[in-house]
Amino acid sequence: MKRFIGFVQKEFYHIFRDRRSLFILFGMPVAQIMLFGFAITNEITNVDIAILDHSKDTSTEEIIHKISQSKHFTIKQILDHESDIEPVFKKGKIKAVLNFEKDFDRNLIKEKSANIQIITDATDPNTANSITNYINAILQNYQQSKNKDIQLEYQVIPQTRMVYNQELKSVFMFVPGVMTIILMLVSAMMTSISITREKELGTMEILLVSPIKPFQVIIGKVVPYIFLSIINAIVIVILSLFIFKMPVEGSMFLLAAESVLFIITSLALGILISTIADTQQSAMMISLMGLMLPVILLSGFIFPIASMPKPLQIISNIIPAKWFIIIIKGIMLKGVGLAYVWKETLILVGMTVFFIGVSIKKYKIRLE
Amino acid sequence: MRTIGYIIQKEFKQIFRNKGMLPIIFILPILQLVILSNAATYEVKNIKFSYIDSDRTSTSRALIEKFNASTYFDVLTVFPSQQQAHSAMLAGEVDVVLEIPNHFERNLFTEKRGELSISINAIDGAAAGVENGYINQIIQSFNQEIKMNFVDTSQKVVRPVLISSTPSFWYNPTLDYKTFMVPGILVLLVTMITLFLSGMNIVREKEMGTLEQMNVTPIRKSEFIIGKLFPFWVIGMGLLTIGLILAKVIFNIPMLGSIVLLYFYTSIYLLVILGMGLLISNFTDTQQQAMFIAWFFVVIFILMSGLFTPIESMPKWAQILTDFNPIKYFVEIVRMVLLKGAGFQEILPQLLKTLAYAVIMNVLAVWSYKKVN
Repeated sequence: MKRFIGFVQKEFYHIFRDRRSLFILFGMPVAQIMLFGFAITNEITNVDIAILDHSKDTSTEEIIHKISQSKHFTIKQILDHESDIEPVFKKGKIKAVLNFEKDFDRNLIKEKSANIQIITDATDPNTANSITNYINAILQNYQQSKNKDIQLEYQVIPQTRMVYNQELKSVFMFVPGVMTIILMLVSAMMTSISITREKELGTMEILLVSPIKPFQVIIGKVVPYIFLSIINAIVIVILSLFIFKMPVEGSMFLLAAESVLFIITSLALGILISTIADTQQSAMMISLMGLMLPVILLSGFIFPIASMPKPLQIISNIIPAKWFIIIIKGIMLKGVGLAYVWKETLILVGMTVFFIGVSIKKYKIRLE
Repeated sequence: MRTIGYIIQKEFKQIFRNKGMLPIIFILPILQLVILSNAATYEVKNIKFSYIDSDRTSTSRALIEKFNASTYFDVLTVFPSQQQAHSAMLAGEVDVVLEIPNHFERNLFTEKRGELSISINAIDGAAAGVENGYINQIIQSFNQEIKMNFVDTSQKVVRPVLISSTPSFWYNPTLDYKTFMVPGILVLLVTMITLFLSGMNIVREKEMGTLEQMNVTPIRKSEFIIGKLFPFWVIGMGLLTIGLILAKVIFNIPMLGSIVLLYFYTSIYLLVILGMGLLISNFTDTQQQAMFIAWFFVVIFILMSGLFTPIESMPKWAQILTDFNPIKYFVEIVRMVLLKGAGFQEILPQLLKTLAYAVIMNVLAVWSYKKVN
């Protein structure tokens, strides 16, 4: 035991001596969570649009005025001809053009109906769709104000409640995701590198012939990183509480316990990677190239898993981050206890056991 | 010149000799492009819908039938009580709970108002907004039906005015997310591979001690750097080519613009990334440090590139920061050229910025590279 403590001490020295890595290790999560918490949102605001008004009468002016007041749109350009639309889209700044038909006012009064064409640059389907919806809402609103005097009859009126996130803030979606990505990648990357480093530099042989048992070597390598990751997790939670005003509806203790579990899962994954890779380079490429995009895309961090094709929904189950995101959203936003997230917790435990089991099987005591 | 040739030869040999790395460089990115592009969709489908019907009349059943018929709503669960619905929502089993209160039908016909309450799980705010839109559409059309069935239209004197709109989705009329995502993800993969490889390469020699051996040879600084980085430039171009072929064959991505123009831009863009990689290796002592820094920048570049979330929605200061993000320019260009058929004129601003970026990066990198420690 004393030997083991000595070994852990050595590992701590290693980490603390490398000031630059240490700075990155702690500075990075803080910088990233601040940046992303403020900057990443999939709401659509301040979209630049252009107007092509063939009528230029009171109604179209009223509608244009209403649109210009919306926080979603900025009217950047007034076009004169249909042929102007294509070049404007090709430049890429303007995302939509509103095309008012001729004699808009007259049609509205005489025929009781008038038409607007909403042309969107649909290379980004999400933005195009949202723009169309927002403009339709504005048009609906205008139409209602015109129809004020007419009593509408027999109406079903929905009272909608947005549960867990009344203001539809996207921070609630992204902060748990960013926290997960940082914990997962930092933990997996650091352990895999620090173990393969010893292999590559040849010092692993020295450790193996020492009286410390092989599993002690591995645990000794991992312990310092557990501490570092826990500190990172604490910093991230504090930032999300005080700066992004994320609630913690559930138990703080459960949140801490689940975070430690997830850190251990990620470290176990790092150990597994280090048994597969021989050089630091391949360890890093596996943990960076292999983990980064799948974790970002398949964890439900940005894109809803329920909308993905079935095979991908199945694949997403093997991403530990997916389960952790469900757990922290549950604890922080819904205020659930272990009774609701025991299944996800069990899956993470199972994954950890699996990673460690495979690593032990593949771990070579002898070097070729 | 001959020296450069030899160094390049050596580097290529080293890359291709490392059998463990080859699949990571070539197969992993391709697999990710093919598989993960399907995951990146903001479409909201398969909404888990549930209801509590306390009214149990033909009207309430007709309303539920409308939800049933919609393709957006997936599973219909009935809950006898609010508690049960609430706990199902907590467990994440349902997204939407519709509650039809007692006397819904009676109120609708006597007071001309029938109230419903709807709860939507809004943790994903954007999806909740879309779900709310779908629900409102269904209720609107339900209202229309009631009007048609129960109101004597001949009585009406004043017709309401109607403003209709015709949406027209240019460049991507079916709103296919893959058209949008595949080119962007390809750009990401090319960037990540070239940055990670070049960032690690020289620092690896430093760590192994072989860099000193190189430094005592008569190879000049510029020859060494060009020889080191050129192979990664080739790999980047190669990946782009494979990716474009797959994008065409598997995803049938439209390629309206000039492919030559895209290659021309990429050749300059890769210089930015390679310069950045070299700069990282100059300022670090170990591969571990180099990777941390590369990782730090790559995560920021990816999430602030406009690839997954729109840049226009970011606060002003963040938008200014994105001007320093090379991936942003590449994502813009690849979408403009492939999907909209933009030409040299249209991409000129981005091209010039990238060129300036490349010059600055490489000057800094070469200047900070020292043969003598």
